[in-house]
Amino acid sequence: MTEILVLVDHVDGAVRKPAYELLAIAKRLGSPSAVFIGTADQVGAAAESLTKFGADKVYVVDDAAVKGYLVAPKAEVLAQLAQKAGAGAVLITSSAEGKEVAGRLAIKLQSGVITDAVDVQAGPVTTQSVFAGNYTVQAKVTKGTPIITVKPNAAAPEETAGAGAREDFVPTISDSARKARIVASQPRVASGRPELTEAAIVVSGGRGTGGNFEPVEQFADSLGAAVGASRAAVDSGWVPHAYQVGQTGKTVSPQLYVAAGISGAIQHRAGMQTSKTIVAVNKDEEAPLFELVDLGIVGDLHAVLPAATEAIVARKG
Amino acid sequence: MKIVVCVKHVTDATADQKFEADNTVDRVNVDGLLSELDEYAVEQSLQLKEKNEDAEVVALCVGPEKAADAVRKALQMGADSGVHVSDEAIAGSDAIATAKVLAAAVNKMGGADVVVTGMASTDGAMSVVPAMLAELLDLPQVTFASVVESQGAEFRIKRDGDVATEIIGATAPLVLSVTDQSGEARYPSFKGIMAAKKKPVENWSLSDLGVDASEVGLGAAWTAVVETTARPARTAGEIVTDEGGSGAQALVNFLAGKKFI
Repeated sequence: MTEILVLVDHVDGAVRKPAYELLAIAKRLGSPSAVFIGTADQVGAAAESLTKFGADKVYVVDDAAVKGYLVAPKAEVLAQLAQKAGAGAVLITSSAEGKEVAGRLAIKLQSGVITDAVDVQAGPVTTQSVFAGNYTVQAKVTKGTPIITVKPNAAAPEETAGAGAREDFVPTISDSARKARIVASQPRVASGRPELTEAAIVVSGGRGTGGNFEPVEQFADSLGAAVGASRAAVDSGWVPHAYQVGQTGKTVSPQLYVAAGISGAIQHRAGMQTSKTIVAVNKDEEAPLFELVDLGIVGDLHAVLPAATEAIVARKG
Repeated sequence: MKIVVCVKHVTDATADQKFEADNTVDRVNVDGLLSELDEYAVEQSLQLKEKNEDAEVVALCVGPEKAADAVRKALQMGADSGVHVSDEAIAGSDAIATAKVLAAAVNKMGGADVVVTGMASTDGAMSVVPAMLAELLDLPQVTFASVVESQGAEFRIKRDGDVATEIIGATAPLVLSVTDQSGEARYPSFKGIMAAKKKPVENWSLSDLGVDASEVGLGAAWTAVVETTARPARTAGEIVTDEGGSGAQALVNFLAGKKFI
């Protein structure tokens, strides 16, 4: 069966959930081959969990010649592996870096690239959400090896073990791929909350918080949710940019999205419009976001959220 | 220092964006403008010019006739000259073909020390063209910069990734993409608007670039849209006005009813 390459997204060997989702999608298209770029001491545990979630093959690439440089070396690794394996498709997580790797790979392999798929079925035929979520587009690659970046939550991970054959691969990294150096790296401080793009529930705050995110955070914690924000809140310096939901931040598609004090500019809607259930709390009954909601509360978030938090905590008792 | 800033004319996100019968974006009947995210690229280009002697900024645009508006806006903000690549054969091009045309235009200019772009277009929003340009021009990419620092040809940028914030270093020539965190874009001044009318804009076709028409356009795209569907409008939900705690009660009941708690 044709190998489908999956670039494994991981942090120091800890495989991130979207990689398992890609393996589930790869199974629909052929035989999943995970591509793990990391250090030798990380491989064991990672290969085991990748196999558990369906990898028939795990390519292990020592990252000595790759780490410390931005994007380009990873594209070279994938290009060489795709050619060697005669891959049927290459799947990559739709992050900023993932999309850049895909873009460079497309030129190397002279192949078409599709980004931000929210679904991939046999063919492969992809589904994307465009124009701020107002349109759904189905597309396919018509030349070369399909290269597809897939958004988190596009599929459920499947715990069906694959063959898990390990194969070391030594890539040839060119000098020109090592011109953009990672001079320093500061890991993001863990918030203890779910990852924004992966969370089942997201609670976001906007201008209406007036800079006080406590009601938003406490309500989020009562639901086990991730915390997001509008651009207005980020630009005001109230929360880090990593919280931003919208066109220039994260696109989320959770089961439940709660927007507190967010009016709902098109740029924000672009990042959350495809959420399954939407709730908004806003003092302004004219807020455009109320057009999208399943439930809208016209009221002050500083009163509504703490009272709701208290009731939820009491219920959980 | 030669700075080439790539600017895209996009359909207005606040307008009623739609598709043509051939599944390409309707760019004729929908109002367009310079992509907001490219204004940040123009701003960083101008700041680079201000700190480097003998620097010039060329605004480069690929797009139909009315895309000239995007070039004009960049000139009004302060770019020195413009290049507008326009050719009927380009319509419907995918990201790769767009990157090829941009790369050919940069080469025709005799190369650039810094090619500056926005982080994404506000219509297609793929975010792949800067990386593709770097690949095609064989230049280092320093992309998604929220902070740009440079001393002569040495660049350092801050890049806020999913799991870490990184400092990326590279030496020009290079491709630089900047985010909306990189600094507010300036508004054109009255003087800038008047001066822009006298600034040179060159109009190039594919044959000027030596790009074969068969390499670009909808027919040469390496991807195909099978179907486009307007998302059904969300049905109006329930709106509750909070009075004496009724809002919180309605919220909790709703969440319980949907089994979120």
